[in-house]
Amino acid sequence: MREVAVIGIGLTKFGELWNKSFRQLITEAGSKAILDSGIEGKDIDAMYIGSMSSGRFIGQEHIGALVADASGFSHMHIPATRVEGACASGGLAVRQGYLSIVSGVNDVVVIGGIEKMNDVGGVSATETLATAADQEWEAFFGATFPALYAMIAKRHMHKYKTTKEQLAQVAVKNHANGAKNPNAQYRREIPIEMVLNASPVATPLGLFDCSPVSDGSAAIVMCAADIAKKYKDNPVKIIGSGQGSDTLPLHGRRDICTLDATVHAAKKAYKQANIKPSDVDLAEVHDCFTIAEICAIEDLGFVKKGEGGKAIDRKITTLDGTIPVNTSGGLKSKGHPVGATGVAQVVEIVQQLRGEADRRQVKNAKIGLAHNVGGSGATSVVHIMEAM
Amino acid sequence: MKDIGIISYGSYIPRYRIKVDEIAKVWGKDGKTISQGLGIYEKTVPGIDQDTATISVEAARAALNRCNINPKDIGAIYIGSESHPYAVKPTGTIVGEAIGATPDLMVADYEFACKAGTAAIQSCTALAKADMIKYGLAIGADTSQAAPGDALEFSASAGGAAFIIGKEKVIATINQTLSYTTDTPDFWRRAERKYPAHGGRFTGAPAYFKHVTNAAKNLMEKANTKPEDYNYAVFHQPNGKFPVKVAKMLGFTMDQIKQGLMAPYIGNTYSGASLVGLASVLDVAKPGDRIFLTSYGSGAGSDSFDMTITKEISNLKRKNAPFLSQMVNDKEYVDYGTYAKLTDLLFWE
Amino acid sequence: MKSNVARFWREIPQRYNLIGNKCNSCKKVYFPPREACPYCRRKSYGKMEEIKLNGKGKILTYSIIHVGPEAFEKQVPYPVAIVELDEGPRITTQIVDCDIKDVKIDMKVESTFRKIQEDGYTGALYYGYKFRPLRNKK
Repeated sequence: MREVAVIGIGLTKFGELWNKSFRQLITEAGSKAILDSGIEGKDIDAMYIGSMSSGRFIGQEHIGALVADASGFSHMHIPATRVEGACASGGLAVRQGYLSIVSGVNDVVVIGGIEKMNDVGGVSATETLATAADQEWEAFFGATFPALYAMIAKRHMHKYKTTKEQLAQVAVKNHANGAKNPNAQYRREIPIEMVLNASPVATPLGLFDCSPVSDGSAAIVMCAADIAKKYKDNPVKIIGSGQGSDTLPLHGRRDICTLDATVHAAKKAYKQANIKPSDVDLAEVHDCFTIAEICAIEDLGFVKKGEGGKAIDRKITTLDGTIPVNTSGGLKSKGHPVGATGVAQVVEIVQQLRGEADRRQVKNAKIGLAHNVGGSGATSVVHIMEAM
Repeated sequence: MKDIGIISYGSYIPRYRIKVDEIAKVWGKDGKTISQGLGIYEKTVPGIDQDTATISVEAARAALNRCNINPKDIGAIYIGSESHPYAVKPTGTIVGEAIGATPDLMVADYEFACKAGTAAIQSCTALAKADMIKYGLAIGADTSQAAPGDALEFSASAGGAAFIIGKEKVIATINQTLSYTTDTPDFWRRAERKYPAHGGRFTGAPAYFKHVTNAAKNLMEKANTKPEDYNYAVFHQPNGKFPVKVAKMLGFTMDQIKQGLMAPYIGNTYSGASLVGLASVLDVAKPGDRIFLTSYGSGAGSDSFDMTITKEISNLKRKNAPFLSQMVNDKEYVDYGTYAKLTDLLFWE
Repeated sequence: MKSNVARFWREIPQRYNLIGNKCNSCKKVYFPPREACPYCRRKSYGKMEEIKLNGKGKILTYSIIHVGPEAFEKQVPYPVAIVELDEGPRITTQIVDCDIKDVKIDMKVESTFRKIQEDGYTGALYYGYKFRPLRNKK
């Protein structure tokens, strides 16, 4: 099977970016990635754009065409496709681009992830995020998106004795990492008391257990592995790619505390890469809420089911731990412009594997994993990468 | 009409309560004095998610749980209320769907201030008597509103009761019923307005008392009965005083009215009032008991009934739904601020 | 013109009366009803049987929502829970008629008919199920 490498990465700052429009954000990230990659515009075979809900956030659909146009590629008529999988839109866009190269149809693709969430009011933004849940059978009855993860947390605490302190430590760790990330939305360490005493959103989750509403964009350039060195000295190969789906509503899952879509996607990716979870040196996981990170490290196989909380206590996922998780600051501290997240995770892994992660650098990082989830776990996509 | 009457019954009152004291405090009045004057100590308050439709469904389902009829055999549903959720789109269709009685069903909503529910019973009785329907469902329910600071604020409450009417396994025969009706403007609510208005003391002698006593006397004359013939008497209860006074005027005793007198602890449930009183009586009635019921609706009119409990009541599974005495004690108090939020007093557009 | 009414009207049998369906092959019960059983697949297509659920179940997990969507602002804080119904299906629903501090995992609950949402001050009213602690019928 043909192999794929990442040769360029680009990122905007994440945050409340009043001065930047949707078009400005995607073109900023896109240009950075293209300039970083060594390719020229004429080399691009296709674009895949991840954006969860541009329709509700900025009243605009037809994003593929919009991005191709804003990037200046319309006169070249480059195929441009928008991919959607709620919060996994970015990761899915990466996978679609990856599949198109593996299949032999494309040689060079640009993947963009973008979300502009602040143009609508806060109430509207949270209601739009809730469209990742089941509108008829969850949201209609009053369940909010944080409430779904809160219910996972409640059950996880009931079954595995996970504590609020362990949840809070995830936020503290991620903010400590984000403080070292110049593009992060929040670049300040926070004490655990701030997390524990934060105003409740949906018990047991408080304000600081939840990732923020953000604007931002991330982009990567991928090409067939055998031509990568033509463009870039230090390409990063995608050695495993997996995707899984599960019931839309949380109540339909086999086990409320397990995101089976992640387990499935990870298994596929590990198998393709021919590695075990313990071979992974660092991971960017989908911490839309602190509990999500705890479930992620279990579902990705880094620790046994139910041991996620204890793992946090043992500090194995800190920057200098045995499996650093979310060195970028995660969704919690880096920010979560929904469609951009999955692509931004790949950007972080690539930076780490190239040795360009500066103050966040994990020593001897050889294999990295990016994990992106949609909704309360109905979609999951995992990519494993290795420096070439 | 020996063989027509009530087959089953159900009632429902919301769990929230507010004390008269709590309301009085806000308006600078003395709660004790008001309670003593009105004969009401606390009233029910509907939750944000409750309205006449939800109360009617609870009462109707309770009635169905107590008997064995197939809801599809209900041929008519009439719901009387002053607070139908829609001015146009009947509560009856929502309830009909929720109890599985649709689609072969006659429905229309009723309004006649606090006696719309008893009017519904009269209609169902007539339809059953004419064999046009096998069973009819008559409901009186309200989430009545009163203007903040108005005297009615101490009594206007929420609740309702449902009665299945038919000819088979009748637990209470409706021996006689008649009405006494005139155009009397004692209490009204103009269309499009949120709260009712009333004529103060005019709501007494020329309104409530005139119509209740006339309907009652006419009924007893037609039925050839005297007050002593009845085990229970239920009157419309806008407060705890009017029914006591009219009972005395007509020759009924406190013993006869006390089981059906619910207002002191639940307030005035408007279209539900006399029907909730009747449900309270049915919770304890025994075969042979005779019941006298006279409702009152402003505008104005009274519906009077003479009923006899049959042996069949022993077969009714009354325990399959909560008794009013249980519901009265299952309560949670709210303060005035919460009451204002729940009853939409603070609404603006 | 108010849109959305058709969408919510279609689900009245589910929201008012918990009408689900059952696979005639493996007897598994589904709510809301499915076109076919995910496990028996084409064997069950066209052979699913309508069934009314009894409305009783127990709480598997819950959360007290303090930041609610606009339609539920007045009810905050309120509990939502995943309830496992007696017949097997699980649903997401609000818990009512009890103190929020008394909501517990494994609590037995029963369905009740309530107003779920209002489409503003002029739109339609949507009724449906909420769950309350199981009342002991004495």
